[in-house]
Amino acid sequence: MSKIIWLIPLMPFVGSITLMLFGKNLRRSHIGYLGVSSVGISALLTALLAIEFMQNQEVLETLVWTWMQVGSFAPGISFYFDGLTLVMMSVITGVGFLIHLFSTEFMEEDPSYARYFAYLNMFVASMLILVMADNLLLLYLGWEGVGVCSYLLVGFWYQHSANGHAARKAFIVTRIGDTAMALGLLLLFSHLGTLDIQVLMGKASQVWEVGENIPLIACLLLVCGAVGKSAQLPLHTWLPDAMAGPTPVSALIHAATMVTAGVYLIARTHGLFLLAPDAMIVVAIIGVVTSLMAAFTALMQTDIKRILAYSTISQIGYMFLALGVGAWSAGIFHLMTHAFFKALLFLGSGAIIHCLHHEHNIFKMGGLRTRMPVTFWSFMIGSAALAALPMTSGFFSKDQILLQAYQLPDLGPGLWMAGLLGALLTAIYSFRLVFVVFFGEANTEPDKDTEWRMAIPLSILCFLALVGGYFTIPVVDVFPVTGGSHPAHWVEYVSISVPIVGLVIAYFVFLNRRINIETLTTSSFGRGLGNLWLSGWGIDWLYDRLFVRPYYRLANLLKSEPVDVIYNAIVELNQLLNLWLSKSQTGRLRWYLVSMVAGLIILISLASNLGPGVLQW
Amino acid sequence: MDGLDIPLNHILFISSLLFAIGMLGLMIRRNIIFILMSLEVMLNSAALAFVAAGAHWGQPDGQVVFMLILTVAAAEVAVGLGLVLQVQKRFKTLDMDHANRMQG
Repeated sequence: MSKIIWLIPLMPFVGSITLMLFGKNLRRSHIGYLGVSSVGISALLTALLAIEFMQNQEVLETLVWTWMQVGSFAPGISFYFDGLTLVMMSVITGVGFLIHLFSTEFMEEDPSYARYFAYLNMFVASMLILVMADNLLLLYLGWEGVGVCSYLLVGFWYQHSANGHAARKAFIVTRIGDTAMALGLLLLFSHLGTLDIQVLMGKASQVWEVGENIPLIACLLLVCGAVGKSAQLPLHTWLPDAMAGPTPVSALIHAATMVTAGVYLIARTHGLFLLAPDAMIVVAIIGVVTSLMAAFTALMQTDIKRILAYSTISQIGYMFLALGVGAWSAGIFHLMTHAFFKALLFLGSGAIIHCLHHEHNIFKMGGLRTRMPVTFWSFMIGSAALAALPMTSGFFSKDQILLQAYQLPDLGPGLWMAGLLGALLTAIYSFRLVFVVFFGEANTEPDKDTEWRMAIPLSILCFLALVGGYFTIPVVDVFPVTGGSHPAHWVEYVSISVPIVGLVIAYFVFLNRRINIETLTTSSFGRGLGNLWLSGWGIDWLYDRLFVRPYYRLANLLKSEPVDVIYNAIVELNQLLNLWLSKSQTGRLRWYLVSMVAGLIILISLASNLGPGVLQW
Repeated sequence: MDGLDIPLNHILFISSLLFAIGMLGLMIRRNIIFILMSLEVMLNSAALAFVAAGAHWGQPDGQVVFMLILTVAAAEVAVGLGLVLQVQKRFKTLDMDHANRMQG
């Protein structure tokens, strides 16, 4: 099995290339088979690999070929496989396969069917390279690869300029983080002379003491990259706009896999972060602030996909919190369960959008419970897991994170309380979504119900979202053991009860309407706050004023090429002189003679008056 | 030096006078033949200055240059008269102000 590990990223890559080259000539059904089966084979191989890994717990390192050799620097196309890689690969290929299957129905009537699957396969290949890379350079290749695919898929329906704008925004904002990350890689290489992750972490702990400056800077630069990719503050603004892409794309890229690449990066280089405790504190604070900010924003959104986008930002905030407090395995566990239930929710919303004539506004839905039962139950289970109701998958992972955050000295209880507030809000907004969309009066009639190609992925993901919490992820050997002591029981009880309180609040406000929030929302303060949350705390507005508009103004200024004005002036002066002088060229011989004689006389008289020595008689 | 001893300044004055007359002729005459004649006058004024200077300092160079000027004048007249014929043929006039078609 270890010998064919390179087949796993190769399959979707080959599928993508085939679809790119021959997609136009293939029949629709064949395109679907090709696109789904390439990822399906990868998923199958990953499953075989997982079975083998469960038996012997063997860490694999495979060098496929040396990428380039410059002096002692020889990064390879080489793969490193351990428990963490296995978790990521399972999520990517497993959830990826289900989403591909879902896409065959969702995109059925799209004219660019082959292009869609070509991009999607390329994304899976890049993402697999990202998580399987054994050196940071190859990881960076995959990192940029998924960025490009994200750009292409967000702007998939490029006929609308708004989609192109969203795609560019996603690309440019993440590029800011990527640049910082590249600087981090260069810094690490210049100090340690290697980019091989395992060697690098070993060397780093030998060369540097805990708390030194250089690992701190390197870690912060890596965090910048992670923040950009994982849509955390302050680079999160691209993710809500990225919802312009097809919904399965949002499920795969902007919920389950790519946006968690930042979490993976930090978890993968945790040896480095242990040397920089301050960087970890920064990660924790970024995570908790982002999760709160996004949760408040999600409360006010009306677009079903934007609610889910903000909730994704919020949940990744929890993962960052986990990484920041050193709860590595809890963070990765939440990554996995989040992939299940958020993919489920996105696919569910995709099914609604597909069956409801591309309606996105939740207040125009309503009463879908009886008409779309499969989707209803998907949403119920997905929202329960998202809100971390007991016994769902989200409950186990979020509970672990909060308990471990509580145990952090000094900051711990504060982070725990902020996390709890986030959990409360999560429960409220996720059940607001469910109650508004599936209960109450019907506003729009669905014109079709989901077929098996949509229903099967939804059902499987429902199952995973329910029982995913009972999986044990094989990362014991990867991460150092943390959190020995157990916190007091009341902490646990509070953590469990908070989501239920949120559910009850949502029930009374949005379904039962026993609690009337009219007076609150119509007061001037309430409305102002609501608008602030609706606009995502005005951060987009702020960036627009701070960066986008000054940049446009500068570009407009430079469009007229101010430096060239000088050169153009010289040219124009010469042309003017030429115009004057050519007037004197009349062709009258005697005029020439007269002017010549006059000039001669002037010269001679000048010379003779300038004093002795100039002109000797 | 024996015989008639004319001061150099006088000869130079005559020479300048001739030069000025020739130049004036060039400037005010329109007929190409008169222009050529004025040129001859100017050349000869210069030649006269050379000869006078050569005689004054007892050097043969002055007369050598006179011979050169004579040759140049002959060549110039040959070319000049050819041009006169062409001008007459093409413009049916000898007025130089009419021969300005090329603005140069």
